[in-house]
Amino acid sequence: MATLEHEANGEPIIDGDGGEGGVRRRDFINVAALSFAGVGAVAVALPLISQMSPSADVLAQASVDVDISKILPGQAIKTSWRKQPIFVRNLQPKEIAEANAVPLSELRDPETLAQRTKPGHTNWLITLGVCTHLGCIPLGTGEGENRGEFGGYFCPCHGSQYDTAARIRKGPAPKNLVVPPYEFSSPTVVKIG
Amino acid sequence: MSFAWAKPYEPKTEIGRWFDDRLPLPRLVYGAIGGGYPVPRNLNYFWNFGVLAGMALAIQIVTGIVLAMHYYSYAGGAFESVERIMRDVNGGWFIRYAHANGASFFFAVIYIHIFRGLYYGSYKAPRELVWMLGVVIYLLMMATGFMGYVLPWGQMSYWGAQVITGFFSAIPVVGESIRVWLLGGYAPDQAALSRFFSLHYLLPFVIAGVVVLHIWALHIPGSGNPTGVDVKDEKDTLPFHPFYTAKDGFGVGVALLVFATVLFYLPNYFGHSDNYIEANPLATPAHIVPEWYFWPFYAILKSFTFDFILPAKLWGVLAMFSSILLLFFLTWIDRSPVRSTSYRPVYKRFFWLLVVDVLVLGWIGGSAPTTARIIIGQIAAAYYFAHFLIILPLVSKFEKPLPLPTSITASVLHGEEEESAPYGLAKSAPAAAE
Repeated sequence: MATLEHEANGEPIIDGDGGEGGVRRRDFINVAALSFAGVGAVAVALPLISQMSPSADVLAQASVDVDISKILPGQAIKTSWRKQPIFVRNLQPKEIAEANAVPLSELRDPETLAQRTKPGHTNWLITLGVCTHLGCIPLGTGEGENRGEFGGYFCPCHGSQYDTAARIRKGPAPKNLVVPPYEFSSPTVVKIG
Repeated sequence: MSFAWAKPYEPKTEIGRWFDDRLPLPRLVYGAIGGGYPVPRNLNYFWNFGVLAGMALAIQIVTGIVLAMHYYSYAGGAFESVERIMRDVNGGWFIRYAHANGASFFFAVIYIHIFRGLYYGSYKAPRELVWMLGVVIYLLMMATGFMGYVLPWGQMSYWGAQVITGFFSAIPVVGESIRVWLLGGYAPDQAALSRFFSLHYLLPFVIAGVVVLHIWALHIPGSGNPTGVDVKDEKDTLPFHPFYTAKDGFGVGVALLVFATVLFYLPNYFGHSDNYIEANPLATPAHIVPEWYFWPFYAILKSFTFDFILPAKLWGVLAMFSSILLLFFLTWIDRSPVRSTSYRPVYKRFFWLLVVDVLVLGWIGGSAPTTARIIIGQIAAAYYFAHFLIILPLVSKFEKPLPLPTSITASVLHGEEEESAPYGLAKSAPAAAE
């Protein structure tokens, strides 16, 4: 018998304070050994999981400066930050008025244009150029590109349409185009990131 | 197992006996595809596609290993290395085209294999695990196929990676973090390319392992057959070798002719021209489409265009995954005691409707979304789920199947009698008469 110790007369001695069928010394060893192995397995799994997160060199692509002095009202440019496209758009007064005329209750992801721009720079709409549906790049920055029904951006892949504040208005995308962290380092230079 | 009348392996030479005592590998092969594996005598050519799938996997592994010797999994050089394989590597064009079209061939064969299984009730007892392991193989194939398509780092490859990993961002709260973790960055880049290459090389060997389990599980009850009637005695079976090795050999020959025709005359037919443009993270192709073998599922994904309760994007992703996961539960969805659809007059019609429905979904998935096509896709996607969740359970409950043949042999001999008898004088089938 591996699990019980015997006295000379054959009567089993029960280990610990458990009675017949209670906790034996062998049970303790089993649990302790398994727990130890489990902690070891987790300790090994952690670096194997975290190696897949963005590495330091990827994270280091932290910020870019964008010169916006050449962008006329109504124009937009595409630049990149963290390998993702960024749309910088100089809104016309008409487009600002259009964006402000929309009641928030009509929006899928309610946000005002003012919330999506910097105070004093409401004409500068800066967003990630990544459709929030499945990550395509919407049209609308280039000259003559389809801006969709709402005059903002249009993703032809699955038909998502954004308005002049880059808010989702129609189609499968769930969210507005994301506004990245940025600041105006001078009236003509924007620092993104 | 195989049946009681299976001939045991008997080594004929001294060295054969010596080997068998130490490593019974020839015994295993003999019992799996040799004279030791009795197979129903009435298999038709749809039973050829398992072997063809095995051949396709072998082609992919061999050509893939060779391509990996010339390919750079470096985002700045992957596209060029593929072009170099096409132009400078000796026979590189042939190996690459064989690998790229081999994937199409593999999926085509697998789809026929799956629909064969659906028609003849291969998912029913006692072959449930064979079927479920098959679904696992199919899921692994989809993952492998997707990651392989990303490697040439063309425009479609790149944007395919962007869209498919975008599925994960549909998960509430943690989705975006999971996507960044999967890609190792904010957009597909070097980290994603390297890990896709590593996994694309690994997964085919995992598939091969699950294929072994799939065949192992099959050899316990033995192969099914077009009547769906169980094997009753020795008359119902033939040894695998030479009868089915010969029949499969012929099928392999025909399949290779088809494969060679595509490979030599239409090598880019199944590809997308945008993939000959190097990946550009700042411009999306006008129309992102996956490879043809994912079109039906892509159509289901695209069918969800408006929110109700959950966001449309999450619905699309959930529906797409559940359309495949449904297959796992087929054994319990279809409660009909009859395996073969040949004897199920009502279900037979719905089976062919499903085939048409999947073809419609495929067409929708491969074309640009217009208003009309979105509606057609929504109807077809709804029908797909209705087939499995409503029609199949109801039909299997209320349908009155046709009388089954008394045995496999009876079903075979009945046909011969009809043919040899003078017109109109054939005795009616013993099974149908009883």
